[in-house]
Amino acid sequence: MSDAMLEMRDLRIGATAYPPGEPPQDIEIVHGISFTLQKGKVLGLIGESGAGKSTIGLAALGYGRGGVKITGGEVWINGRDILKGGLRGLRKLRGAEVTYVAQSAAAAFNPAKKLMEQVIEAAVHHNRCSKSEAEARAVELFAKLGLPDPETFGNRYPHQVSGGQLQRAMTALALCPQPDLVVFDEPTTALDVTTQIEVLAAIKEAIRDTGVAALYITHDLAVVAQVSDDIMVLRDGDKVEYGPTDQIINAPQEDYTRALVSVRSINHEEKSPTPDPVLRVSGISARYKGTSFDVLHDISVDLHPGQTLAVVGESGSGKSTLARVITGLLPPSKGEIEFSGRTLSPALEGRPREDLRELQMIYQMADVAMNPRQTVGTIIGRPLEFYFNMRGAEKRQRIKELLEEIEMGDGFLDRYPAELSGGQKQRVCIARALAAKPKMIICDEVTSALDPLVADGILKLLLNLQKIEGVAYLFITHDLATVRAIADSIAVMHRGKVVRYGPKSQVLSPPFDDYTDLLLSSVPEMKLGWLEEVIAHRKMESAGN
Amino acid sequence: MSRIPVAAAVGLFFTALYFLAAIFAPLLAPYGVAEVVGDVWEPSSATHWLGTDNIGRDLLTRLIYGGRTTIFIATTATILSFTTGATLGFLAAVLGGWADQVMSRAIDLLMSIPTLIFALVVLSVMPVTLPVLILVMGLLDSTRVYRLARAVAVDINVMDYVEAAKLRGEGRVWIIFREILPNALSPLVAEMGLRFIFMVLFVSTLSFLGLGVQPPAADWGGIVKENKDGIVYGIPAALLPAVAIATLAISVNLVADWILNRTTSLKGGRG
Repeated sequence: MSDAMLEMRDLRIGATAYPPGEPPQDIEIVHGISFTLQKGKVLGLIGESGAGKSTIGLAALGYGRGGVKITGGEVWINGRDILKGGLRGLRKLRGAEVTYVAQSAAAAFNPAKKLMEQVIEAAVHHNRCSKSEAEARAVELFAKLGLPDPETFGNRYPHQVSGGQLQRAMTALALCPQPDLVVFDEPTTALDVTTQIEVLAAIKEAIRDTGVAALYITHDLAVVAQVSDDIMVLRDGDKVEYGPTDQIINAPQEDYTRALVSVRSINHEEKSPTPDPVLRVSGISARYKGTSFDVLHDISVDLHPGQTLAVVGESGSGKSTLARVITGLLPPSKGEIEFSGRTLSPALEGRPREDLRELQMIYQMADVAMNPRQTVGTIIGRPLEFYFNMRGAEKRQRIKELLEEIEMGDGFLDRYPAELSGGQKQRVCIARALAAKPKMIICDEVTSALDPLVADGILKLLLNLQKIEGVAYLFITHDLATVRAIADSIAVMHRGKVVRYGPKSQVLSPPFDDYTDLLLSSVPEMKLGWLEEVIAHRKMESAGN
Repeated sequence: MSRIPVAAAVGLFFTALYFLAAIFAPLLAPYGVAEVVGDVWEPSSATHWLGTDNIGRDLLTRLIYGGRTTIFIATTATILSFTTGATLGFLAAVLGGWADQVMSRAIDLLMSIPTLIFALVVLSVMPVTLPVLILVMGLLDSTRVYRLARAVAVDINVMDYVEAAKLRGEGRVWIIFREILPNALSPLVAEMGLRFIFMVLFVSTLSFLGLGVQPPAADWGGIVKENKDGIVYGIPAALLPAVAIATLAISVNLVADWILNRTTSLKGGRG
């Protein structure tokens, strides 16, 4: 093993599980993973939540998160087994030879200290270089990562820079001590697509220029395809497939990898608009109490019965606020909402029960959208009781039918939300909305907290239910792949305005306005070299202007 | 329920012992509560297991009846403080706005006066009867419960499931009692144990100062007061009720800790 930088041999990691209502038990969460990483190479670790990818990444630093223990195997870095070095050895290793980039830079930086102080801290602490050398290096890294005013950038506090900049500052922090290995743990997952692409390009360039080896952890195969040389697909702590990026993307061997590669390839025929929209939003402006600016400006969109209107935009574009206005939680300052032929009262309190029943909502985080102290039966049964006065056997029968519709059996009737998986929770929320027999359901980022394969299942279920029940969806999302899969018409939102609106085919085909173009071209594609193409294209465009 | 930790088991044993003794006091006590049966401060003997008190009453009998009074007062005052405090706290959280402001600032005002001094002032102008004592203690303590209940409920009130209930058109009663209360229960139950102990200490303090339970009725604080002069002569009679107060406080605490551990999701378990 001449230039093997990192080598894991039969790594086994254990943790303590706390199943509800049972005594805690020890379980193994990573089952004997082995791989080798050469100097200057990038290995992508990919898998769904619970696959053990972060756990393996942290094991490269000899670290286990609360309750997690490395129970077997060896981790060799630069020719020595770091697990045998004891705490003292690990202290020398962490932050010097191996560094870590966390998912949420906002949570990882100390808000009370300036960025420069934090970026050079590890390098100085480990005596890798003097303070002035470290600062010079940091400035160099800031420039390399495309941060504005690299000379003075470090004088800012974390809250004074944007999320994408902070994530890049964190990359600088990890690279400053000139480590041999950097562990990137979902560094772009919390960012908007248009920001993600910049950070991704910056990270890739920095890795190439400094020649470090990197472990790149993500759940998004399209992202990892852009930065890594090799990819390891993980599932439930087991290796599924391990090979060069090219082979994994273009010629996957295992069924599971193939499913990951082909995710969101749902084909949805666009339906044409009808004369009577179920929801007509006209000229809505809205602002939050106590503020002096509008978060929504003059929004007008229609939603037709049995169809899906996708509202797309980045965080802060006002798409969730639009949902709050439609549900009546935030009365608009201007404009009018017409729902199945009636004008809706602006505030929730003024709406008759029939309006409330016909307009249901599904949330992003299914865990907090259900009362943890109520059983599935109670959760789905309450709307039946409340709107239709159903009781006893009749109600139970209807709940069973609804559970059938969401492809879950009546065995779930007496379970608590904590005993369900993420996808099952979202299904129960869908059943709760359906129980009211609504004309329209607002879906607020319903798949963004789910793993790709699970999200796929939920989208298919929603489309299927639309066919059966004829319900219309107002689908709020930041994910354009989802939009392609389910929308009939699309409204693109940017800074509180609808910048583009119309049938799907029209919105997604050129000529584009600038923002839609930026948004569409930022969505990672599952092919090699996509990142370079987009960046080159953008450079050319800006040079042309 | 599979495994009860040793600490919790000890706590449960003593708590149960004291509560059972309190409930069955007339059956267990060997003599009448105010009955003079021997000499002053007799040492323990076969007829008087724990000896006699400052005027020759059986000390064991006094302790059993004293526990009954103390526990009864503490329990009812705790229940009173919890129902008032939690209801008002939840209401403030759900109503929000100025209603919350008015209630919270009024409670702040009450809390700014030290509880014991406030109680002493009120009890010195009012007739000291059991209902008055319980009312004063319960209402004063409900300020603390209000604070906790409001804080917990404010957190729960912004959860999506509460929003979902509001969008469904549910009324305030449903939201408070069906959505918020079940989720606020575990911190409140744990707090209940601690508040109960404060009540025991509070009523004992008041009695010791002469403003609590009035003689000849017995309560633990009162028994300490009656026998405190004996300490000078090396008579341990005043220490026994003190030990009772201490053991009750510790064991209820142990039980409360155990309940908190079992019901919070911090350790992954859901009770």
